[in-house]
Amino acid sequence: MSNAAEHLHHDEHHDHKPAGIMRWLNTTNHKDIGTLYLWFAFIMFLIGGAMAMVIRAELFQPGLQLVDPNFFNQMTTVHGLIMVFGAVMPAFTGLANWMVPLMIGAPDMALPRMNNWSFWILPFAFLILLSSLFLEGGGPNFGWTFYAPLSTTYSNDSTALFVFSVHIMGASSIMGAINVIVTIFNMRAPGMTWMKMPLFVWTWLITAFLLIAVMPVLAGAVTMVLTDKFFGTSFFDAAGGGDPVLFQHIFWFFGHPEVYIMILPAFGIISQIVPTFSRKPLFGYASMVYATASIALLSFIVWAHHMFTTGMPVAAELFFMFATMLISVPTGVKVFNWVATMWRGAISFEIPMLFALAFIVLFTIGGFSGLMLAITPVDFQYHDTYFVVAHFHYVLVTGAIFSIMAAVYYWLPKWCGKMYDETLAKWHFWCSLISVNLLFFPMHFVGLAGMPRRIPDYALQFADFNKWISIGGFAFGLSQLIFLALLIKASRKQGEPATDQVWEGAQGLEWEIPSPAPYHTFETPPMVK
Amino acid sequence: MGRGVITALFATLLTSGVVAEPSQLNLRRGVTDISAQVYDLHMTIFYICVVIGIVVFGAMLYAMVFHRKSRGVKPANFHESVRVEVAWTVVPFIILIGMAIPAASTLIDMEDASQADVTVLVTGSQWKWHYKYMDRDVEYYSVLATQPEQIANKFNKGENYLLEVDRPLVIPTDKKVRFLVTSDDVIHSWWVPDFAVKKDANPGFINEAWAKVNEPGIYRGQCAELCGKDHGFMPVVVIAKEPADYEAWITEQEGIQRKAKEEEQKLLAMNMEMDELMEVGARVYQSACAACHMPNGEGLPGVFPALKGSAIATGEMTKHIDVVVNGVSGTAMQAFGKQLSLKELAAVITYERNAWGNNTGDTVQAKDVNALMTGK
Amino acid sequence: MSEQRPNNNSRLVIKLMAVVLGMFGFGFALVPLYDVFCDITGINGKTNPYAATYDVQDVDTSRTIMVEFITRTNTGMPWEFEARTKRIAVHPGELKTVQFYARNPTTRDIVGQAIPSVSPGTAALYLNKTECFCFNQQPLQAGQDVLMPMQFYVDPQIPEDIEVFTLSYTLYDVTGTSSTVAMNRG
Repeated sequence: MSNAAEHLHHDEHHDHKPAGIMRWLNTTNHKDIGTLYLWFAFIMFLIGGAMAMVIRAELFQPGLQLVDPNFFNQMTTVHGLIMVFGAVMPAFTGLANWMVPLMIGAPDMALPRMNNWSFWILPFAFLILLSSLFLEGGGPNFGWTFYAPLSTTYSNDSTALFVFSVHIMGASSIMGAINVIVTIFNMRAPGMTWMKMPLFVWTWLITAFLLIAVMPVLAGAVTMVLTDKFFGTSFFDAAGGGDPVLFQHIFWFFGHPEVYIMILPAFGIISQIVPTFSRKPLFGYASMVYATASIALLSFIVWAHHMFTTGMPVAAELFFMFATMLISVPTGVKVFNWVATMWRGAISFEIPMLFALAFIVLFTIGGFSGLMLAITPVDFQYHDTYFVVAHFHYVLVTGAIFSIMAAVYYWLPKWCGKMYDETLAKWHFWCSLISVNLLFFPMHFVGLAGMPRRIPDYALQFADFNKWISIGGFAFGLSQLIFLALLIKASRKQGEPATDQVWEGAQGLEWEIPSPAPYHTFETPPMVK
Repeated sequence: MGRGVITALFATLLTSGVVAEPSQLNLRRGVTDISAQVYDLHMTIFYICVVIGIVVFGAMLYAMVFHRKSRGVKPANFHESVRVEVAWTVVPFIILIGMAIPAASTLIDMEDASQADVTVLVTGSQWKWHYKYMDRDVEYYSVLATQPEQIANKFNKGENYLLEVDRPLVIPTDKKVRFLVTSDDVIHSWWVPDFAVKKDANPGFINEAWAKVNEPGIYRGQCAELCGKDHGFMPVVVIAKEPADYEAWITEQEGIQRKAKEEEQKLLAMNMEMDELMEVGARVYQSACAACHMPNGEGLPGVFPALKGSAIATGEMTKHIDVVVNGVSGTAMQAFGKQLSLKELAAVITYERNAWGNNTGDTVQAKDVNALMTGK
Repeated sequence: MSEQRPNNNSRLVIKLMAVVLGMFGFGFALVPLYDVFCDITGINGKTNPYAATYDVQDVDTSRTIMVEFITRTNTGMPWEFEARTKRIAVHPGELKTVQFYARNPTTRDIVGQAIPSVSPGTAALYLNKTECFCFNQQPLQAGQDVLMPMQFYVDPQIPEDIEVFTLSYTLYDVTGTSSTVAMNRG
């Protein structure tokens, strides 16, 4: 496929990097920045997970035991914000940083200086958000969706910090997205045409366009919240001619594409892994690209399905119901294509493949509940219950997060030059798989039986399931410590040495460079035939 | 993998007789024609999903078992087929149309609130519901009746823990009841699962929903939109009575409420003693004020202000009455003039001015409150 | 090719930044767009903030529509506020006037603003107010009261299935904020 190997010797001469902390602070190397993003995302995943543990501990049994309702609301809010903006999105950005240049044969990201900035402002954003929890009155407590007027008139002063930190997160994401777009547009190796790009690159390109389209809208929304709260405007206050429902329209105009920002790169990852371990090319490459693009486009016209209960004219409800149902067509195409890729392949079950298979099944379950939620009349029953909580955790935890884990196992040998610890990895997978279903599957039941979300205490009929859900939650949380141990081991370069190709069925430029990937790669662009 | 198995298990659990009513696992059928339609729609789509799931996961499982490398198979190399791609774009599309048609017709039925027999204005506020019968002179607040000690795990929890209120909404069966839903502060959502009614209460705007209940009974729901600290503690309870019983009830209520107003006016001349005011005030404070200002009057720093030693509770009396009666716009402080009787207002203000070392020695009488409210 | 890259890059970055700025602006543009959207679809039952002119000649006497009025005061608004007519039957196209009463029982001057909302929302599209106290702010001195008229007609185009609709007014205390707040709704 390329003559990259000829350049490897040349690359190794440059493989000297500055030492100590300054290496990481000043780095403009896409691999260093990718590593920083990934570790940052993992730390945020653990912090956000710890908050989920607080939530699950409080909900272990009925009654108020551990935290007061106000703190409980802060936990649900900050858990959501951290997982979305601190864990899933930076993890995908980290993977893009590491892999996009390697997959398209580029020496680095197009804008290395901005790359450094877009990472290093992120820790400050989360420092600000987390520190607001320790202020008098606590941090944001209005849910990660910060509906006005709960987040404006009725919130406390730490809202200013919340707004500021969301602005920084947004700026970081936008810079990251611009970098990805420019890299893919301008830095592809000769011969790497659009329709030869690996699907991970394609899905990230589309994601990056979604990011620059909707993150500014989020910035606008938080700015309006800020001015409504502190500067006397009335965007969302009926008294001044505004409308609280307007907030939800603006928020979900951002929020729905945001959901796809968190799942499209996952589709890309699965589309890399399934062919590798099926030893068979991806089925329907072109239709995968078109399906991804149509999901992205549809995501702009479905936002109000989050708001069916706000009171809409029937015509609008019908439109948003039909548009939402339509999304299941391209999503279905993707799932069918993955199954067709496996069909008559020669499948082996290494850890990345196990996570990918779990992804396909569990994400599809999340997709089914999504389809059910799209049906407006029934959504009136599901809306704001644990059924919704189950749905988006299936999509985001067993979807996005499982795909990130699959990606880490898949590319870790390339990053470190050593295979991961197989025993720990197996423990991690099976413990996660069992506990995550114990955690999220019964949420469907309590939701259908009528338990609203975001409540710190519940009626007795929900008690049994909640106990199991909490046990599943603690188990899933503990399972991630196995992953932590494995990652520490890998970053200390312990383990079996990995070959350059790593996986028998792996195809693509990233497998043609040595393992571990040298500090500088593709300084002379490879020729892609 | 076998997640398909779990899905199938889910299906069997739902259909088998194991689950008695009310279901712990599934949506309830409810007691209106609409809720039954919604339930059927839910089950239809669920079964379609199960069937698709079995097909897709079945194919996947088959590949995982029979197309394993360890069986020594040679991988095929096909990776395209326009015919197949078109098929699995078109077939799901047709299935979707099959789902959309019944969904649309149910939706259109749900949104038609015209020709109602009874109209109730439902107003949410932090953290209680207010019901006003538009055609009759009856209105009242409905608040959580579960004792705080049960929530704090000091007492055993009752059967309807967190799903019980002091004054439920009462509606007639077999009549079309229209609910106009709005809010005084943040967004709430009025939800009764048995009616398949969930409507957001938006401050400044009204929404509507309706229900025609087929069976008399007690139906319980909750607020479904995060509305602040005690979002989990504002249940909805609706009692559906036979039309004749309802008529008797509402006529009785009209009489009671009219009489209470007359009594109140008569009592204006009467002065209450400090001890009695404090006793009544302490009780009112616990039910109406303690959720935010806390039982010890210290509030939640940074969120809800303390009353202990506060400028308002120890300062000028008319200002204090004004704040309690009319609320403070742009804050969580509600207008209690609509919620409490003159006597209760007088008592609770007296209590706030004398409890927790606020010892102003002031007593507030019903006539003081009335003077501020009516300007007379 | 590699020499051209920085140039290519900056041109693309500028284009992408323009998209970002454009979308930031679009977020704010959603505010007026939403109002337009509401005017078309009747979301939230917003009524037209400007006085309509009565130009209907044909009164459709074959239909009768019941209009209900609800009055509410927001937290912190001490006025008494009530509709003198609770409900009224109108023929589409017929001009009607109803009275609302407000009194400021306090010892301070207060400026009120009434915010209308119609349910079902689609009815708002066919409700035309030729005169309404909600078009303007209403100042009331301490102890003063006022009878406020509202004149309206229902567009004969109103869909057959709407037989009754509700118009609610929520009264807000806007004293002191009136200068900073744009009153764009009546």
